[in-house]
Amino acid sequence: MTLSIKKVQETAYLARIAMSEEELNRCHHEIEQIFTLIDQLQAVDTQGIPPLAHPQASQQRTVPDEVTESDQHEKFQALAPAKQLDYYLVPQVIE
Amino acid sequence: MHFKTLTELKLALQKKEISSHELVSHYLKRIERFNPQLNTFITVTGESALQEAQKADALRASTSENLPPLLGLPIAHKDLFCTDGVKTSCGSKMLDNFIAPYDATVVRKCRDAGLISLGKTNMDEFAMGSSNENSFYGPVANPWNTAYVPGGSSGGSAAAVAAGLVPVSTGTDTGGSIRQPAALCGITGLKPTYGRVSRYGMTAFASSLDQGGPFAKSAEDVALLLNAMAGFDEHDSTSLNVPVEDYTQPLNRSIEGLKIGLPKEYFSHLNAPMQKTLDEALKVLEKLGATLVEISLPHAELSIPTYYVLAPAECSSNLSRYDGVRFGYRCENPQDLNDLYLRSRGEGFGTEVKRRILIGTYVLSAGYYEAYYLQAQKTRQLIKQDFDEAFKKVDAIAAPTTPTPAFKIGEKVSDPVTMYQCDIYTLALNLAGLPGLSMPAGFIDGLPVGLQLMGHYMQESKLLNIAHQYQCHSDWHLQHPTARE
Repeated sequence: MTLSIKKVQETAYLARIAMSEEELNRCHHEIEQIFTLIDQLQAVDTQGIPPLAHPQASQQRTVPDEVTESDQHEKFQALAPAKQLDYYLVPQVIE
Repeated sequence: MHFKTLTELKLALQKKEISSHELVSHYLKRIERFNPQLNTFITVTGESALQEAQKADALRASTSENLPPLLGLPIAHKDLFCTDGVKTSCGSKMLDNFIAPYDATVVRKCRDAGLISLGKTNMDEFAMGSSNENSFYGPVANPWNTAYVPGGSSGGSAAAVAAGLVPVSTGTDTGGSIRQPAALCGITGLKPTYGRVSRYGMTAFASSLDQGGPFAKSAEDVALLLNAMAGFDEHDSTSLNVPVEDYTQPLNRSIEGLKIGLPKEYFSHLNAPMQKTLDEALKVLEKLGATLVEISLPHAELSIPTYYVLAPAECSSNLSRYDGVRFGYRCENPQDLNDLYLRSRGEGFGTEVKRRILIGTYVLSAGYYEAYYLQAQKTRQLIKQDFDEAFKKVDAIAAPTTPTPAFKIGEKVSDPVTMYQCDIYTLALNLAGLPGLSMPAGFIDGLPVGLQLMGHYMQESKLLNIAHQYQCHSDWHLQHPTARE
């Protein structure tokens, strides 16, 4: 499959990863090679084969819908790059 | 002392021939001496380790009853297991400033068993790599020859055990990241059945494939550590609620009459020295009474393309949490929220991680999902069915762990496809969720070679039994790099 550099650029934006032009060019070349490998899958006849999303076929267990965690927001927010009061700070979104 | 097994050190502590404080001090000195050359540790927690050692000695002096089974013995954790109050970097610039606010279940269980953590080991960034060259903290060197890679992604954990810097360590295996470095460093490593070891607090790469497991010098030591690590955990929704057996119990059983399958697809492309080395190891198993049977895993060649669709897809989703807002790296002076996301992730992630996120984002995007992601889930089913069929005929499967011994640092780093092919013999097991082990089986040009044993679901004890019996009749696992005396 041919993957255009524009497509790689769009995908990088979708994944919210900034890339320099040089990085994008290198990445484009490498991803094209990797897709040559991945494209082997297209030749496999999988008609009637159920997809396997997870090695455990059994249903996941459920838990009662109860609050079990204690409030540790101070501990967790101590890791934030920027915060004010109990809020995470980001650049202004709404004018 | 530093090349003794965990089993021997445990006995020495019990007999009071040595104290835990002496043991921990000795290993810390070795880390100080050899880590500059090997780069196996990202963080060394010497002070807290010595304090814990003193407590362990005091406890042992006060009573001999109901002591934790591995009291006072040292361990190191791969730097993606969260450790409360200790940096947990995942080998990434993104988490270089991340001090974990809680312990992973594996870390807690190891501590409950009495183990003392000496620190956090180097790894490929977010566990993506086969050579440990993708770490923000630089590559790890193979203790057998520092020009060579130790394997990845748990390269620091494997190299630290091989170099006698710690007797045992933890790792994770998403596509071979325990078995491959164990093979390349000449030690024993086990990837348990998916769900046997809790993933809580184990930073996610590909959630349907990731599994934590032990590294040690011998199968007996692996069994001891697995006893501590395994078990149901309500914090992990995929944790298996099955009682943990004592993995040391079946070690001494005879393997006479066991049928061991040799998948023809795994042996057909081996070079002559690898073939010869593994043949010798298989002859030992045969001598011990096992029957070797040729089997077929017809979809084996699909494991690389299947894995390199599914693992990047899961990684692109899991790594979306690194946004520069709540924790981890944030870029300087973001212009707006979008710029904050784009540059924090662009600057915080390394090349291999970005490449995999892009592949994953692409295969999950509209118009490509069915052709790639869904198709890979179907080929994953075919790979699993191969194993289901094989285990109707045999008790275990033996295969190479890697196509070659360790390669040189820098040799494959610029060619991702060649690097991905290093995982050819390990990926299928993760796709099927089965347990696997690598054990030392010889040397080629002074570099270790591993033999891989694969088992059916929850058959870890059978693999450990075979490996222990092999190790009772071979001495490859007792070799150690002489430069690290």
